[in-house]
Amino acid sequence: MSTLFTLSILQSALELGCIYALVALALFLSFSILNIADLSTDGCFTLGCAVGAMVTLSGHPVLALFAAAVAGVCSGFVTAFLQTRMGVPSILAGIIVNTGLYTVNIAVMGFSSNVNLFACDTIFSLAKEKLSYGWYADWYKLLIVLVIVIILGVILSLFLNTRLGLSIRATGDNEHMVRASSINPLFMITVGLCLANALTALSGAVLGHYQKSCDINLGTGMVTIALASLIIGETLVGKGSMFRKIAGVILGSCLYRFIVALALRLNVPAEALKLVSAVIVAVAISFPYLKEKSSFYRQRNHNRNAYREEESVNVSH
Amino acid sequence: MLVIESVSKTFNPGTVNEKKALDKVSLSLEDGDFATIVGSNGAGKSTLFHAITGNFYVDEGRIILGGEDITYCKEHVRSKMIGHLFQDPLKGTAPHMTIEENMALAYLRAATNRHAYFSRISAKEKKKFREQLALLDMGLENRMKQPVGLLSGGQRQALTLLMATMVTPRILLLDEHTAALDPATADKVLALTEKIIAKRRITCLMVTHNMHQALSLGNQTLMMDGGRIVFHVSGEERKHLTIEDLLEQFKTRSGKQLDNDRILLSR
Ligand SMILES: Nc1ncnc2c1ncn2[C@@H]1O[C@H](COP(=O)(O)OP(=O)(O)O)[C@@H](O)[C@H]1O
Ligand SMILES: [Mg+2]
Repeated sequence: MSTLFTLSILQSALELGCIYALVALALFLSFSILNIADLSTDGCFTLGCAVGAMVTLSGHPVLALFAAAVAGVCSGFVTAFLQTRMGVPSILAGIIVNTGLYTVNIAVMGFSSNVNLFACDTIFSLAKEKLSYGWYADWYKLLIVLVIVIILGVILSLFLNTRLGLSIRATGDNEHMVRASSINPLFMITVGLCLANALTALSGAVLGHYQKSCDINLGTGMVTIALASLIIGETLVGKGSMFRKIAGVILGSCLYRFIVALALRLNVPAEALKLVSAVIVAVAISFPYLKEKSSFYRQRNHNRNAYREEESVNVSH
Repeated sequence: MLVIESVSKTFNPGTVNEKKALDKVSLSLEDGDFATIVGSNGAGKSTLFHAITGNFYVDEGRIILGGEDITYCKEHVRSKMIGHLFQDPLKGTAPHMTIEENMALAYLRAATNRHAYFSRISAKEKKKFREQLALLDMGLENRMKQPVGLLSGGQRQALTLLMATMVTPRILLLDEHTAALDPATADKVLALTEKIIAKRRITCLMVTHNMHQALSLGNQTLMMDGGRIVFHVSGEERKHLTIEDLLEQFKTRSGKQLDNDRILLSR
């Protein structure tokens, strides 16, 4: 195992896990809580990365993160507007926005499909200057992403217990109840999607800083990957307090990255990774269903065998 | 005070499924009135409630609640003043949220300022919720951190009742809210309903298929058929009415027998 998993592999898996955990948290909000499959996630991730990269290029790496989050809020607002005010079905609203975002993203990057940040400061290079002495010198990247994901995780879990947060949760939990109480479900969906997309875009921006580049196809398949992380987390950590669920989502994201790292380590070619991801998602999503099914078959066979035994006893008499 | 002035509603107009569910319904209730409603299947009882809560906008007529014209008022705005219980006990509460969180949501109705949005449930509120739950006498006050999905149907309906009346509504709409419960639980929830309504003098409309309840509860009885109110009785006249009289009235006024397959003639 030690040869399979070197410390540096573990470290980069954790780093990526924390960065992508923000998208998983976004889907936790939109998919698990609001019960909406937000398919604009891919484009929004790239949007965050592109906006973040451009602001970083102009010399404001920290501001870049905030700018990316604001761009995410705008994207989420459009998706929400389409489904709450224009009668567009939620899946379609996401697909429409995702398609539109492709052009927006290219435009943000100055009509090029690629931007690199090698020549300028990023949050990581800034941190490296500050943290270059001591035992943590090699761990500064992980420290930064950990701090970001922990702060946002705590804020999210606190938020979901405020009255606004409770109203958002109720909106996804019981439509009838929400109609009968004084909650405006359209407003709650809008707030929820804006927040979720802010997290997605922020994740994109941090990833841009991490790999010092932004590519127009960066977000492809992001929604699948984040869903996989989300479900791995939910399956492993299960139910409990909001805090626990959120910790589970972050854990799921890190685990997913371990699985990918392991696959790469086993010489699975990089081109095959998308397929590996898809298989992981398919397995992860069907797992609860298959579990139920298999317990049904076990029960059925058990009952059948019981009858058979009974019959054979009757025959022998 | 609730005034409904010749309200009509047609579903799916202009199609083969066209259905006139409310046909010039007029009704007026004073503060503190408690009216029971009986009627045939598909008479429009639930639809009348949905018209009041704003589930859809009516085609014609006016609805005035507490002196305020709410005919074109949005559903979530009206629901601040209206309590609504459904037959299905699962509809009134959010199953994956705790008892405490559900109550906090119901209590949002009382919030007047927007800053309340970012506040969390305070210790004072928790205490208040606990006291109110204790009144139900179901032991729920010790389970406030549990998800509502773990409760029985009767417990959920009792909780919904508590939530609907936590902030006194201008009108309480009960749509066969005990029909899906087992008889003992139904009695308990009904007793609780009567207690809360009497204590707080809540104006109330209650649909029932129990003819005995229709006459014994409240101070008025309405009978509906084909989207209209065919009989409305109150006061002295109602006191002397028997179930047989009521059925007879329905027959003469609507021209047919009361055909509700679930109707209960005795208690
Ligand atoms: N949303 C709707 N769309 C179409 N038809 C409806 C709708 N709601 C109710 N109806 C029809 O209106 C009639 C009255 O229904 P309802 O008010 O539920 O009857 P009940 O008196 O049994 O509660 C029924 O024929 C029903 O099928
Ligand atoms: Mg009904």
